[in-house]
Amino acid sequence: MKKAERLIKRTLPAMAGAAAAALFLAGCGGASVNQAAAAGGATGTPCGSVSVAMNAWVGYTADAAVYSYVAKNKLGCSVVQKDLNEQVSWQGFASGEVDLIIENWGHADLAKQYITDQKVAVDAGPTGNEGHIGWYVPPWMAEKYPDITDGQNLNKYSSMFTTSESGGKGQVLDGDPAFVTNDEALVKNLNLDYKVVFAGSEAALIQSFRTAQQNKTPLLGYFYEPQWFLSEVPLKKVNLPAWTEGCDANPEKVACDYPTYKLNKVMSKKLADSGSPAAKLAKAFTWTNEDQNSVATDIQGGMTPEAAAKKWVDAHQSVVDVWLS
Amino acid sequence: MSALLEKQKTVPAAPIILEARRRPSRRTVLLLAAGALWILGFLLLNGTATLALPASELTDLHRSLNQLNAWVAANRADNPVFLYFFTPLRTAVDAVANLFTTTFAATSTGLRLPEIGWLGTVGLLTWIALAVGNVRVALLTAVVFVFFGFQGLFVEATYTFALVLTSVLLTLLVGVPLGVLSGIYGRVARVITPVLDFMQTLPTFVYLAPLALVFLIGPASAVIATVIYAAPPVIRLTAHGIRRIPDNTREASDSLGTTGLQRLLTLQLPMARRTIVMGINQGTMAALSMVTIAALIAAPGLGQTVVRALQSLDVGTAVNAGLSIVLLAIVLDRVTTAASRRAEPGAAAKRRLGRKARAGLLGIALAVVLVMVQLSRTMLWAAAFPQDLNVGPAIVQAVNTASHWLQSNVSLFTVSLREGVTGTILNPFQSLLTETPFFILVAVVAIVAYALGGWKLAAVTTACQGVIIYLGLWSDAMVTLAGTLVATAVVMILGIVFGVAMGRSSRVDQLMRPLLDAGQTMPSFVYLVPFLGLFGATRFTAIMAGIIYAAPVAIKITADGIAAISPTVVESAIASGSTPWQVITKVQLPMARQSLALAANQGLIYVLAMVVVGALVGAGGLGYDVVAGFVQSSIFGKGLAAGLAIVFLGIMMDRMTQAAAAAPTRRIPASTPAT
Repeated sequence: MKKAERLIKRTLPAMAGAAAAALFLAGCGGASVNQAAAAGGATGTPCGSVSVAMNAWVGYTADAAVYSYVAKNKLGCSVVQKDLNEQVSWQGFASGEVDLIIENWGHADLAKQYITDQKVAVDAGPTGNEGHIGWYVPPWMAEKYPDITDGQNLNKYSSMFTTSESGGKGQVLDGDPAFVTNDEALVKNLNLDYKVVFAGSEAALIQSFRTAQQNKTPLLGYFYEPQWFLSEVPLKKVNLPAWTEGCDANPEKVACDYPTYKLNKVMSKKLADSGSPAAKLAKAFTWTNEDQNSVATDIQGGMTPEAAAKKWVDAHQSVVDVWLS
Repeated sequence: MSALLEKQKTVPAAPIILEARRRPSRRTVLLLAAGALWILGFLLLNGTATLALPASELTDLHRSLNQLNAWVAANRADNPVFLYFFTPLRTAVDAVANLFTTTFAATSTGLRLPEIGWLGTVGLLTWIALAVGNVRVALLTAVVFVFFGFQGLFVEATYTFALVLTSVLLTLLVGVPLGVLSGIYGRVARVITPVLDFMQTLPTFVYLAPLALVFLIGPASAVIATVIYAAPPVIRLTAHGIRRIPDNTREASDSLGTTGLQRLLTLQLPMARRTIVMGINQGTMAALSMVTIAALIAAPGLGQTVVRALQSLDVGTAVNAGLSIVLLAIVLDRVTTAASRRAEPGAAAKRRLGRKARAGLLGIALAVVLVMVQLSRTMLWAAAFPQDLNVGPAIVQAVNTASHWLQSNVSLFTVSLREGVTGTILNPFQSLLTETPFFILVAVVAIVAYALGGWKLAAVTTACQGVIIYLGLWSDAMVTLAGTLVATAVVMILGIVFGVAMGRSSRVDQLMRPLLDAGQTMPSFVYLVPFLGLFGATRFTAIMAGIIYAAPVAIKITADGIAAISPTVVESAIASGSTPWQVITKVQLPMARQSLALAANQGLIYVLAMVVVGALVGAGGLGYDVVAGFVQSSIFGKGLAAGLAIVFLGIMMDRMTQAAAAAPTRRIPASTPAT
């Protein structure tokens, strides 16, 4: 009991002191929440909050970083970035979790479901980027085996691509299971002696190609552009039977290469109808593959996405002004 | 290679085999016959009737499950089940989650500052820890939450905390009444127990996709998934607490003429209070681990940071966020444990502080907290944690440097280890399972099950295998089984080595416990990242992750089993001249046989639970199907089927190892120590 009383006697003045000090600090130190609120709202039209889905590849991060930077700093919006898988993001339009997918690759089935049928999302126009998906080999292989870039010769080389994961066949290295891929169907329908193995992420794919080029080891893998990594290691595309309209309609029967994707943006109906400047910016946002690659290279080089976005925006003021006008 | 499987089943029974060499028991004959049938089947019919289904192909069942996806999407707006049940439920859960996240983490509009700022949050939580626990846990709470700020993760950590809080409250709302009912009425318990078993066998990942389908992605789904995951321990412990009250106490109260409700409120609940609080503790820990995984369906918080790090192979960021999660787990564990001590009957008498003094102290502290909250609501420095006081980047940098060094210097070793294990153990074993015709394997498993547990077990395992075949995923299930068994074998070796060491020496025990606790609380996602760096995206990496996740449980159970052996038995063995090795192999391991079997059982279940997460780093089989079904709408149905297949695989292996554990232990002859 005595101990307790002593404890109280000792703590009471300390706590009172702390409280007094805190009040004192409050009186004279720093900005207040109200001032900050006033500062935030001072930039013009109220913008509110935008939730941007963050899909897992660096090019997407670059798009999203620049959009978020402009929305935050030029329009005073508050931007919430949510790390989500590509197709899972679409579900967010219905729940209000996601307002914007800033780089969308194809997905005719999802577009039908969410834009046409459920009417919870709208197409916000192209990003200006052109996307290519395909099978690639490191440049040293294309030099040493010139005919490898023809998909018909792949079976000739399959034994070279064998790994402990591919069960005696050649290995086709894919990325994230969430990425758009027909590769398993392609292997089967083109009668290739290969097995698709998933690296799990873009970062793992890039690392694998980098190591393959450095050590001159064989690697055949899924890759895509726009992609900053291609300026570090210019991978060579393997040509599969050319894409024709509708050849990939049935995912189990696909036997042709990937189409060229006109990348676009998708936003929630809610955001589109709100008249918020964030929606206008999302519609206006367009740039080139080079622009995206330059921002992505900076991010990959260790810059934070925000700093990389700022660098690009400062250097391309005129482009951004067009978006904002 | 079948030796592996065989060993895994018979290692605990080693002394029995020695003894049986003279007169082979029926069980041994059956097990040998099963082994012979398997090897013969593999050699003669290699590659026929393997039921392999290419990853891009679907069965009709998968297609019809896909329809579910489209059906839900089409009916969400007007189907009465959605209109009057799911959607209101979602809205309600969302409202509660929103209340807590806006209070502690960030409002969804405007400046995105929390209602009570970081200073207010730290103050309020410290005060709560003081009120339900003691000064020590209060200090711990304050230090840890301030440290989140220094890590640069205050907002993320409070998001996670707010979601855990929401989930635990809802879990209690559902779990305690159910637990009370099942504690009072035997019939309710009989209905509920199998459901709880099912819930605990179902890998967490599996119900994320269906939940997201019904409740859409976002905090509401995350909370509901977490409640499903965290409710079983709460229900079980509450029921246990109520059931444990001695009959005569109840009768005494009945004789005073109390009604059922009075009895519940004045006798049963107060007497079960400590067990219920223990249930809260268990539920809280479960909730924390699930909230992290729920990042995949847009739950905000630390899980998002870890998932992002996993995608960009950023070990430093993953470790920084993982550290936060572990610290949060420690705080939640210590505070709820302190609360359960406080709830212990008779604890009040031992307190150093009188009731009045304590109330006074709490009152004063509350006043201070209110000042802090008010400060947070007005001053910017108290609302958002100062950015410049940030050691997060330093932690990230240091860990990244270390991991790069490791990767560039150890990769030769790690790669050859991986290739060696994959080539010599995993691949042959996997092809033994995948290349043997399915009917041979079904028969082999049925014979083994019959040998272990009789007709009933044989029927159950055959039914489970039938379901897996019906689901169209037999071959994938065998790939998963191969990885699971290899991982479990390693887990058991670790369990025996470290378990025996811990059981024999309390100093080793003290050294190991914190490590094991960390291994269990660290979310599985976190150590996937460094393993991915070291071993690449392969089945081997997934197996390593499974081992890390399951080994602590196996080690703890084994250690407890060894430590529980009566010291006199060990002493008499030593007195009769046994070497330590003899003591271990002839006395301690045989006598701890039940614990070993239990450890194998739990090890299997834990490894299996990890299977799906392992698919994120290259494990194939069912885990891949689940993950791919989750992220690609065109194979949603297959993912769902794969989830169910995991459950049935789990039930099958659980029943078989349980039967092995429950089988009558043969009496170890009294003379054993002397031999």
